[in-house]
Amino acid sequence: MKAKLAKAKPFLGLVLIVIVVSILSPNFFTKDNLLTVLRQTSINAIIAAGMTFVILTAGIDLSVGSILGFSGAICAYLLTNGTNVILAFLAAVLVGAVFGLFNGVVITKGKVQPFIATLATMILLRGATMVFTNGKPIAVKGESATNTLRYIARGEILGIPVAVVMMIVVFIICYHILHNTKYGRHVYAVGGNEQAALLSGVNTDRVKMLAYMISGILASIAGIIVLSRLSSAQPTAGDGYELDAIAAVVLGGTSLAGGQGMILGTVVGAMIIGILNNALNLLDVQSYYQMIVRAIVILIAVLLDRKDKNK
Amino acid sequence: MGREILRMENISKSFPGVKALDDVRFNAYEGEVMALLGENGAGKSTLMKILSGVYTKDTGKILLNGKELEVLNPKDAFDKGIAIIHQELNLVPNLTVYENIFLGREETTTYKTLKKDYMIKEAKKLLDRLKVDIDPTLKINEISLAKQQMVEIAKALSLNTSVIIMDEPTDTLTDKEVDILFDVIRELKAEKKAIVYISHRLKEVFEICDRVTVLRDGKFIDERLVSEIDEEEIIKLMVGRTLDEQFPYLKTNTSEFVFEVKNLTNKYVKNISFSLKRGEVLGISGLVGAGRSELGKTIFGLYPIDEGEMILEGKKVEFKSPKEAIENGIMYVSEDRKSEGLVLTMDVKSNITLSSLDKFKRALGLDKKKEERISEDYRKKINIKTPTLTQKVKNLSGGNQQKVAIAKSLLTQPKVLILDEPTRGIDVGAKREIYDLLNVIKKEGHSVIMISSEMPEILGMSDRIIVMHEGKIKGELTKEEATSEKIMNYIIKEEEDRIESKIS
Repeated sequence: MKAKLAKAKPFLGLVLIVIVVSILSPNFFTKDNLLTVLRQTSINAIIAAGMTFVILTAGIDLSVGSILGFSGAICAYLLTNGTNVILAFLAAVLVGAVFGLFNGVVITKGKVQPFIATLATMILLRGATMVFTNGKPIAVKGESATNTLRYIARGEILGIPVAVVMMIVVFIICYHILHNTKYGRHVYAVGGNEQAALLSGVNTDRVKMLAYMISGILASIAGIIVLSRLSSAQPTAGDGYELDAIAAVVLGGTSLAGGQGMILGTVVGAMIIGILNNALNLLDVQSYYQMIVRAIVILIAVLLDRKDKNK
Repeated sequence: MGREILRMENISKSFPGVKALDDVRFNAYEGEVMALLGENGAGKSTLMKILSGVYTKDTGKILLNGKELEVLNPKDAFDKGIAIIHQELNLVPNLTVYENIFLGREETTTYKTLKKDYMIKEAKKLLDRLKVDIDPTLKINEISLAKQQMVEIAKALSLNTSVIIMDEPTDTLTDKEVDILFDVIRELKAEKKAIVYISHRLKEVFEICDRVTVLRDGKFIDERLVSEIDEEEIIKLMVGRTLDEQFPYLKTNTSEFVFEVKNLTNKYVKNISFSLKRGEVLGISGLVGAGRSELGKTIFGLYPIDEGEMILEGKKVEFKSPKEAIENGIMYVSEDRKSEGLVLTMDVKSNITLSSLDKFKRALGLDKKKEERISEDYRKKINIKTPTLTQKVKNLSGGNQQKVAIAKSLLTQPKVLILDEPTRGIDVGAKREIYDLLNVIKKEGHSVIMISSEMPEILGMSDRIIVMHEGKIKGELTKEEATSEKIMNYIIKEEEDRIESKIS
């Protein structure tokens, strides 16, 4: 019972925030606004889903923002040069997979701390994006390309924005992997006790490499959504997104020490951050103050969680 | 006879499920070296940890110079005159000798700056007192291990130090270094300190100690003058116990060989050869650090093999990882449940099935119903006491955690099961259950390699016994011919040869 309550805690936090914000701002709890919140949240939530795998293995991935930017730029370049839309998207995802795997190899085979390895990739890919774009946005041209991007950005499936549907699909797949497959079990085992997992016959290096690869792939998918919303690749796209993703995972109750947490908590964590941003805008809070409020909310949430875990 | 400086009376200490010390007494005398002897797990280090403030005693009294002493923590013990030099040195490698000696009690001027010259001079004086020649401004990582030990001793000395405990001080020293250490100990004796000397090396005890205290199974056995006792008698005191019916040994009658190791050599073990029959328990005995766990892990594919080969059911095998070993029917259960054996953050069921998830694979994901059913079967078979299968393993008692680890290993259906210290830190009742389980495992035709530091367990449950020392096999005994004395002899003889070869 107590354990269940602890698991429900991020969700209760979300409900509380929804109630408070609804009271403070009558414009909040409307269908349009809620869909806007979901649409805005989808990018962070998809990145955070990948981050959840990495954090469950007791790692961290700082490179997601840069992977997002770089794969978006590659995708925009290919689209502008008339590449088939599907191929361009696949290329973007491949970029994410390759650099995610690169992180994984450096961390497992090179025995480099995840923080440092992914920090290097983060800087490397931001630099590569700048070089590739010459520091200027790449605007996507071509009818089929712009139509597809517009569909991702503004289209709906059964009244739900496409980006939100993508987010839901991502979370269903991630939930399945983490809770119903051998790989998912191995992720928890490696994060909970890597040595014990190794001695139980788990290929711990492979588990970690795959986790970083999943993180890279999801960052590049988020990159496609970001690209679609602006119809152009910004060289600074995704800058700082890694921190929002980490915050979403931690708010969702996943332990940075690894081995404990759940993917559904991550959705909730991303929602809390999204709603907070939306509410602060609705309430006309100056953007400088917004940062301070966000910081305070994150700190309180995590402190409450910690206090609980120490008991 | 020296004046009695330290007296410990009626000391008892229990850990959950284990009585580590039971009504123990221990004395130390002015200007004398008292050896503290006993097998692994006899309670030597627990007793010394109580004296040096690491543990608090449950009952009993400690008297220092006739006054009752309450030690709250290690610093308190040090302040009151009890210094301990641990087996692993506690020095900061990149600080200098004098900085280490004064670590935590630095001398400062009124402006809170360090009085470096003063400290260097004092450190020099201290080292001179021990008659060792070390430049106090050298860094610790620039001096030899023996000198580091001297620094540790210098650090342990303060004006009012009256008792100095040395835990296996010669373990990592060469002979010449041992000689230097003994000279220092003689200096300390001349300064009328009481010294407690813990060692497995009886030869050293006869060379430097004045008296011995022997503990066995957490109990005080005897205190004797070294001049009035010989080696044989000491061994008898250390191991002499009656083996009662706590070991439900079951004889195996098979002769079919399952597994063979030939000349296995790597970084940790040298030239290991043995064979294992179906349904047999092969005990591996030896001191802590003899390379037994390393041997188990080498067979299990965790450490690379430099030379030699392994033959499993007539086929030559080689494992690059534990995963491959498990797939081929070899499983290892670690001596350290918490840090290597189990994922404490996961539940009972997930731990039991962790090594065998392929059994539950289906088209899309895992067959969780089947997983639950089979875990439940094992829970019953092995009698794991847990409210539910979804209970986190960290909430189980040590004995039940061990059963989960064994359940996990059995589910892989191993041909060879390596159990490393299978009953470490669990209570008597659970121990008996593990032994009964061992018989079930034998009957089912699994073969077991049991690594254990507990002599009675090795003698009571093994069909054959191998004695290891310093990475090598020193002897092999059948159940019938094995006695504690013979095992200790293999080990101690080796230690003596080692020391003699150094002297010559």
